Amino acid sequence: MSILEGKGVTKYFGGLAAVSNVDFSVEKGEAFGLIGPNGAGKTTLFNLISAAYPVKSGIIRFKDKDITGLKPYKICRMGVARTFQIVKIFPDLPVFSNVLLGLHFGHSSGMSSAEKASLALEYLDFVGLTQVKMAPAKDLTLANQKRLEVARALATGPELLLLDEIMAGLNPTEVSQAMELVNRIREKGITIIMIEHVMKAIMNICQRIMVLHHGEKIAEGSPREIANSEKVIKVYLGEKAHATC
Amino acid sequence: MDITTLKSKKSLIWWTVIFTIFILLIFLPFYTQGYAVVLLISILVYVILTLSWVMFSGSTGYMSLAPAAFFGVGIYTSALIGKVFPFPITVLVGGMASFILAILVGALTLRLKGIYFAIFTFGLVMLIAYSLLFFEIQVTGTRGRFVIVMDYNTIYFYMLGIFMLLLLTTYLIKNSKYGLALRSIGQEEDAAAHTGVNVVGVKVMTFAISAFFMGAVGSVMATKLTYIDPFIAFSTTYSFMPVAMAIFGGTGSLYGPIIGAAILTYLEEILITKFAEVYMLIFGAILVAAILYLPDGLVGFIQKIWRRLMERNHVDT
Repeated sequence: MSILEGKGVTKYFGGLAAVSNVDFSVEKGEAFGLIGPNGAGKTTLFNLISAAYPVKSGIIRFKDKDITGLKPYKICRMGVARTFQIVKIFPDLPVFSNVLLGLHFGHSSGMSSAEKASLALEYLDFVGLTQVKMAPAKDLTLANQKRLEVARALATGPELLLLDEIMAGLNPTEVSQAMELVNRIREKGITIIMIEHVMKAIMNICQRIMVLHHGEKIAEGSPREIANSEKVIKVYLGEKAHATC
Repeated sequence: MDITTLKSKKSLIWWTVIFTIFILLIFLPFYTQGYAVVLLISILVYVILTLSWVMFSGSTGYMSLAPAAFFGVGIYTSALIGKVFPFPITVLVGGMASFILAILVGALTLRLKGIYFAIFTFGLVMLIAYSLLFFEIQVTGTRGRFVIVMDYNTIYFYMLGIFMLLLLTTYLIKNSKYGLALRSIGQEEDAAAHTGVNVVGVKVMTFAISAFFMGAVGSVMATKLTYIDPFIAFSTTYSFMPVAMAIFGGTGSLYGPIIGAAILTYLEEILITKFAEVYMLIFGAILVAAILYLPDGLVGFIQKIWRRLMERNHVDT
């Protein structure tokens, strides 16, 4: 069953087609990869799904409901959470309050504040930030700020999570920790769409991958199919050596 | 002693202090005469305006220069209906008129960010003042109005009542999930929206609540002015002073704006009476110095010194 579906999704920036007539369908429970060169329209597609921008034409459906034209907070409350390519934490709020905000406003369930506080601690524990829960968010390392964004997104109780380059700028150890985190999120039954340039991660985690180039979809398939596609190698992967992983 | 008992002890002390101050303020008119009450009215007007301004602009970072608009709407409401209705109703209507105006203006303009929002809100003050002037000259053929007069003690008690209600409202908002939402909007609005916060709704509602108090205090202030015209009611001083006082006192805490407003109002009174010719010059110099050397306001500065003293004590022992 498809949880998220896009038909002819299009967005222009001035005369430039940032995303052009893209169709996609994401199955419930899978990890779906989104790759392509810089400026291919990957983040723009995330911004269209989460309603940061309005779409120019096309339809996006979440759980068979048309969500095009809804406000970002409504989409979040329906169960679509996201992280940001350039981290957008609340710098002067404690780490704990960053997560608590998601529980207060991302949910419509009538939890008591004690329940929310203990859930917030659970999410912090899940991403491994219990030690720094009272520190201002700006004092965290980049890797931890990215984890905090994940915790905040999880706190809104999503069924679909959009991860935008959560591994960019991390060292190899942090990358493998992040991969392990993504796998644990999937085990919770949350569907994931991830944008990533770290091929090792994309190829290992995702069941299906979509490749964008100049705003258009040029390929879609299993990691093996993508790794061997001539077209993808030419515009993005660049050399055969990469494709063997 | 663990941290919770320490905290509850600290808050108990705070509540006692606040309670004592209010008792003193309530009984003050009965043992002083004349000037003290007049001075306290002036201070309360600015304290209420500043605290209302901080409620919205302090946490969201949206610089509103609209206080004079809401204050003026309160003043004019009082002039228009003050003779017809009992005074508590007038105050309520004055507040509600500003509340509704803020919802309309907020829904239109809170999509604007930074300097654009500031300029628009300032333009709003001008727009209302000149529209009223046009209306009075062209349609009614009058200029200004007389307002019902009340004695200073009554004005004082109304102001004190509004102040208490405002303090309670600010405290409740600050400690609720909406306070958290306001701060998240001030720090990273996009992220707040994608975390489920109805950012436009929260902003417009808070803007309107703060406008309610500005309008309410305006409708009381009208009776002290006795005669008003558009430029008295919508004087831009009432837009700039709350901003200056909030920055001077520090927007980080509840008492910062109160202390800032109280000190600057008192200073203004002294300067006007003692150095009438150069008062604006001195006042301006003090503000510039405050902005340059007290980036977190007076309260922030005192807290910094306090912390430094505490650290030194720790080293000594």
